[in-house]
Amino acid sequence: MAAPVTNDQSWFFALALGVSFLKCLLINAYHSTDFEVHRNWLALTHSLPAAQWYYEATSEWTLDYPPLFAWFEYGLSHIARFFDKEMLVVQNLNYASPATILFQRLSVIVADVVFFYAVKECCKCLREDKGKYLLGKPSFILTVLLLWNFGLIIVDHIHFQYNGFLFGVLLLSIARHFQNRHFEGALLFSILLNLKHIYLYIAPAYGIYLLRCFCFTQSNADGSLQWRSFSVVRLVTLGTIVLSTFSVSFGPFIALGQLPQASMTGGLVQEFQHSVLPSVSPLATLVCTVLSILPALFRIWHRPNGARGFLRCLVICALGSFMFGWHVHEKAILMAILPLSLLAVESREDARIFLILSITGHYSLFPLLFTTQELPIKILLLLLFTIFSLTSLKTLFRKGGALLNPLEATYLLGLIPLELICEFVYPLTVWQKTFPFLPLMLTSIYCALGVTYAFIRLYISLLTCSDSTKKIKTQ
Amino acid sequence: MENWSLISLCVLLGLTARWAVSFHSYSGAGKPPMFGDYEAQRHWQEVTYNLPVHEWYFNTTNNDLNYWGLDYPPLTAYHSLVCAYVAKLLNPEWVELYASRGYESHSHKLFMRATVLFTDILIYIPAVLLYCFYFCDGSSKQKVATAFCILLYPGLILIDYGHFQYNSVSLGLALWGILGLGLGWDLFGSLAFTLALNYKQMELYHSLPFFCYLLGKCIKQGLTWRGFFHLVKISMTVLVTFALCWMPFLSDPKQPLQVLHRLFPVGRGLFEDKVANTWCSLNVLIKIKTLLSRETQLFLSFALTLLFVLPSSLKLLSKPTLWQFKLALVNTSLAFFLFSFQVHEKSILLVALPVCLVFNEIPLIATWFLLTSTFSMLPLLLKDGLLLPYVVTSLAFLFLSLYLLSALERSTEEELRLGLYRKLTQRWLPKLNLSRIIKWKFWFSLAAMAALSFTSVWLKPPAKLPDLFPVLVSVLSFLHFLGFIIYFNQVQLMEPQRKKSQKKTN
Repeated sequence: MAAPVTNDQSWFFALALGVSFLKCLLINAYHSTDFEVHRNWLALTHSLPAAQWYYEATSEWTLDYPPLFAWFEYGLSHIARFFDKEMLVVQNLNYASPATILFQRLSVIVADVVFFYAVKECCKCLREDKGKYLLGKPSFILTVLLLWNFGLIIVDHIHFQYNGFLFGVLLLSIARHFQNRHFEGALLFSILLNLKHIYLYIAPAYGIYLLRCFCFTQSNADGSLQWRSFSVVRLVTLGTIVLSTFSVSFGPFIALGQLPQASMTGGLVQEFQHSVLPSVSPLATLVCTVLSILPALFRIWHRPNGARGFLRCLVICALGSFMFGWHVHEKAILMAILPLSLLAVESREDARIFLILSITGHYSLFPLLFTTQELPIKILLLLLFTIFSLTSLKTLFRKGGALLNPLEATYLLGLIPLELICEFVYPLTVWQKTFPFLPLMLTSIYCALGVTYAFIRLYISLLTCSDSTKKIKTQ
Repeated sequence: MENWSLISLCVLLGLTARWAVSFHSYSGAGKPPMFGDYEAQRHWQEVTYNLPVHEWYFNTTNNDLNYWGLDYPPLTAYHSLVCAYVAKLLNPEWVELYASRGYESHSHKLFMRATVLFTDILIYIPAVLLYCFYFCDGSSKQKVATAFCILLYPGLILIDYGHFQYNSVSLGLALWGILGLGLGWDLFGSLAFTLALNYKQMELYHSLPFFCYLLGKCIKQGLTWRGFFHLVKISMTVLVTFALCWMPFLSDPKQPLQVLHRLFPVGRGLFEDKVANTWCSLNVLIKIKTLLSRETQLFLSFALTLLFVLPSSLKLLSKPTLWQFKLALVNTSLAFFLFSFQVHEKSILLVALPVCLVFNEIPLIATWFLLTSTFSMLPLLLKDGLLLPYVVTSLAFLFLSLYLLSALERSTEEELRLGLYRKLTQRWLPKLNLSRIIKWKFWFSLAAMAALSFTSVWLKPPAKLPDLFPVLVSVLSFLHFLGFIIYFNQVQLMEPQRKKSQKKTN
């Protein structure tokens, strides 16, 4: 083949190392209350026996992630001891010594190794085009889109969270499904669910896909279901994997009778009464979410498109719950953007959708970093990611005209005046005091347009795509 | 991928790195009563805004020269004035006469950092990009890679965005000067360099090569009309620029004298603090500062500096090409750094700039030098609380230069230009693999620098020798710089008449 093996690996390593250097430079940037949340969890998992983890309420940030994440924090706390023992004292609320900051930031940076590995595995799943020069290779573009993802850098390494690590597990699970190693994929996803329950949003996609494509071992010639090929063995094995993961995770707490406490009440019960528009109840949002993803689920049941169809459905589930779910964080948009990157480097239509979704979705994360000091960083990094994704995807799909039509391009360009107004002009006006949330509202509404548009286009592509991809039988 | 997108990605990354470094502490943060360079710059804004021009450089009741008196030429003062106007708009407390002394706040820090970023974007970064695109050999990818590595040079980033200074202005203007000369626009080049000189008097380190290059070119054009006329035009440009910059100070003969007195404080001694030059290093063994009289010190310093700049300047005079010019800049500024009077460790940046310009031709040695120059400022950086950015930017720079510019692969004897060394060892040790020796020395030197950095941070010096680590850093850097000045002189002086592998534009 063309390039020697060392060359093939070295650019990946260079990109990973480069982004790690950038993350190290951001160690002293602003961090949100999530920093204190995780410090508190380090403290309580270290200082208290497991029986009390979900009861400890000295701090307002009680443990509201599933047990496996608590064990992860417990493991981290043993390393934290060597940096600063004081951070492990539960009573030290808002303790943020330089050693604490260094340790926590480094833990996120090091945990990203899981993400690096997952990206490497995802690159192996691509239909590679040999002979292209490095900057035009789909695997190179995908690596940059994932490793240097703006949202991930901003949320993990400034705002402070462990999404890199978690998305690493998710992408690894997806990669395993692409590679037909379904048991591993299912195991990884079960582990993921026990690390952060937000991934329940995409569980339906997994469930339907595994049932349809894995438990039914064969399809008919036209792609429809062959009922007789149902494999009980596979279903039982899958079930065992999932149940055993959950039992390892929740088992100790069920045994202690703490299941109601461990129901992650964080954010699930606060209902707001709105003053102008009708108030929305959690049940209503659940119904809307289910309705929005049902057609996609039916589609892959009826006409599965292999792993790629599953991935598309996963993104739709993530987007659907982002748009209609209850108490959704703006960070949840990453659950749609990151998996979509895999599709974006292979199909023109997906590249279009990805561009709109990622630029809009990333811009919608701006209000997370509201400090003046971080303003240049977020603008520079967003520009970096946007320019790269635009030019590389345009070059990749240069046959067949422009990637974005004029309307889409105008919408995206409209983000520039929006940013200028919201962050530069508006704060200098009189309305800043009386209507301080107006810029946030404008941002949300404008971005909602883009996200909805991407959602609809994604649906259309899912519902119409089976004809062109019948030739490619991946399962 | 198109060029413009690659360039913009590099610039964006360079800017991100700069701004991320600016999150960290600055010189003199929270250290009353004198604070540091950051407070000096703020104070100059206060002085230039509130006081009339004729008082800026004088010791008056309103202007206490002992508290960070202005000691840079007028252009710095004008720049401070412009910044002060903006500061006044944002928050008048920042430049209140007297009352703003030692003012420190988060928003003020953002303002000051923003002023550095602004001038960087305006002056330094475009110059670097233009340089790489017009004067670098190789494919466009290689040019972008070179530009990227130059933009990520840690020394300049750490001093400008960490310690706090405006070196990007003076170095940027000097680079514009070099660009002008390289493109054949001598008048523009002279103008730009004169402005650089009027921003920081340390640019005098670069002035001899500029002079020799232009003189050499004029001579080459013939000592009759054309050459002579050209020389006159250049001189006029320089004089007029000087006059314009110093205009407010020319009304009274006392003014320029006082300014010069502030710019060149001969009373301050051979060296101050720990700096990686000859005198400070020699002082470890022989206490020359106390042994010799002031006049002898001055004479010795002058003599040695002259000794080291003369060969390089004469060669440039005889052969005024861009390659010779760049090497002469390196050699002259390094000679001044090593042997001149009252040198500060930050002056190594004046040497670093021309070394950046030879990045593309000798990537390994350039990387080595640039890392050493950053290392030589370690005591200063540690004092400012810049350990983390120092480690990250140095490692990132090392990795990127080696990876993107294939520095280790492009290190054959010919590429490293080891002509003279080869000749010397030819007779007794013909089988010596000089290239491999250089690489081994490179790695060994990096290991030594890393080890010394580590011990400076983690270990406590013995009570009898509290300055042990800064001294060790200075001496180690000095030895490196001595090696470099010999090497670069060798490269410049031994250059054969024609070389196929080099493409010179002049």
